[in-house]
Amino acid sequence: MSSIADRALPLPRRRLWWTLSDAAVVTRRNLYRYIRVPPLLLFSTIQPIMFVLLFTYVFGGAIQVPGVEHYVDYLMAGILVQTVIFGSTQTGVGLAEDLSRGMVDRFRSLPMARSAVLAGRTLSDTVRNLFVVCLMVVVGTLVGFRFHAGVVPALAAVALALAFGLAFSWISAFIGLSVRDVESAQAAGFVWVFPLVFASSAFVPVDSMPGWLQAFVRANPVTITVNAMRGLTLGGPTTRPLLQSLAWIVGILLVFVPLAVNRYRRAAG
Amino acid sequence: MSDAAIVTKDLRKSFGPIKAVDGVDLAAPAGTVVGLLGPNGAGKTTIVRILTTLLNPDGGTARVAGFDVVRDAEALRAVIGLAGQYAAVDENLTGRENLDLVGRLYHLGKAEARRRADEMLERFELTDAANRTVKTYSGGMRRRLDLGASLVGRPQVLFLDEPTTGLDPRSRFSLWDVIRELVYDGTTLLLTTQYLEEADRLADHVAVIDGGRVIAEGTTDQLKARVGGDLLAVRVVDRTRAADAAEAVAELGSGAPQVLAESGEVSLPVREGAAILAEVVRRLDAAQLEISDLAVRRPTMDDVFLALTGHVAEETAEDAQEPGTTPRGRGRRPARSSA
Repeated sequence: MSSIADRALPLPRRRLWWTLSDAAVVTRRNLYRYIRVPPLLLFSTIQPIMFVLLFTYVFGGAIQVPGVEHYVDYLMAGILVQTVIFGSTQTGVGLAEDLSRGMVDRFRSLPMARSAVLAGRTLSDTVRNLFVVCLMVVVGTLVGFRFHAGVVPALAAVALALAFGLAFSWISAFIGLSVRDVESAQAAGFVWVFPLVFASSAFVPVDSMPGWLQAFVRANPVTITVNAMRGLTLGGPTTRPLLQSLAWIVGILLVFVPLAVNRYRRAAG
Repeated sequence: MSDAAIVTKDLRKSFGPIKAVDGVDLAAPAGTVVGLLGPNGAGKTTIVRILTTLLNPDGGTARVAGFDVVRDAEALRAVIGLAGQYAAVDENLTGRENLDLVGRLYHLGKAEARRRADEMLERFELTDAANRTVKTYSGGMRRRLDLGASLVGRPQVLFLDEPTTGLDPRSRFSLWDVIRELVYDGTTLLLTTQYLEEADRLADHVAVIDGGRVIAEGTTDQLKARVGGDLLAVRVVDRTRAADAAEAVAELGSGAPQVLAESGEVSLPVREGAAILAEVVRRLDAAQLEISDLAVRRPTMDDVFLALTGHVAEETAEDAQEPGTTPRGRGRRPARSSA
């Protein structure tokens, strides 16, 4: 009997290896979904593309941004942040689906790392976000967007967007595990991101908004992250919003990772 | 290691005011098949969830393969397999990918996980469908794949929670064959079922569960003996005279007749049903009772329940109360038939 126990309780290093390996295996499993259900990826990319086109050609002409020659240069930072946030709302939906279909029960009865289901889900959604972000950059470039601040800041902008999306994935995970069923997760996942995304500097300058709203908008982490992204894509003040944005990301993770993990434990138990 | 693969002592679990498991003692020797028989909501699934570490008990102890389900949960998961009430397989993966996924999460390594996936596909006759996504599988195929997934880790103790609920008879029979083969491998198996016939075919030892308690234990033969062999079911045209009918035939039974209020059916345990049919007709005729239905049938779980508890197996709300479970197959219990 002791031999079984020894084998099943590995050394810390082996345990770390399995934790990473399990997360990778679950990530891969989640990504298969996008290959096997092409419409899923198609429609989650069409929407942001439509936003790029709508804002560039429909609203763009009416929006005056002081100091910016082409609106699309201003727009793209906002579009990228919007894209990762909308994408991350799917984290909760995916988890609710796994819960309701018994997959979570199966996973929990296996000798795998407990963290792997949540880590794998948020990671696979980050990979999906990377794909959509790259596509957005291509579409943006086609309608006139250019990175003006150099290659390294451009890569940093993409990395920042993904990190921000990862943080929101954990909020979404917490929501999905709290409401438990797929439809509710879908609905609950969206309502709270709309005001965050649109009452921000993502699409229009903050100065154009009424004073009472400006206070909220300036404190909104979406505004802060979009401003940092603008610094990284257009040039201009970057350090301050970048540090603030990173602080928000770390803060969100510090709060919502434990909350989501706790929900996961209880949701299945 | 001790001889018992599963031992529980005074196991308890409540969900709010509902005592889902209310002091259950079980013991299953290694290499045997134990059946938990009971209606929806009797507490069967909760017992399985505790024994597979998905749920912590409120009280009592449980050991599986020598491991305590709470203290040694992590080590225990390496030596058990579970096929829950759903076919917990990923629709968007192929059959092979599903098995491979589970193998990797049992930490078998890439090559071994692949090998076992192929082995299971072969064993469950899914080789032809191995590279199709599960979305295209029939219900029976999903169940077989799910069972395969629960065996990928070569578990010492296997848990099957209502493995055939919702399947058509043909799929059910073929799944029974598969499950019987497992037993030859020396795997200890605990299965839950609502069907006496299923327990009869598969289990060495049956525990009848009702209201979170074990109300009877033994082989299915022993349980059937409590019913008394066959069952004679009589219905008379005039329902108000059901009691008279019961009285008229009482003498012929091996036990006391039961009258089901809602249907007016009189059921009587008898040793040899066919032999006394003529006499039953004569007696009812003599009492001037017109027969609307008369049949001899094998006892079902409902009959065992009736004999053990004096009431028909009732569904309680336990499944609905328990987080993480949506009852499947509710109401699929075969209706009492007098055909």
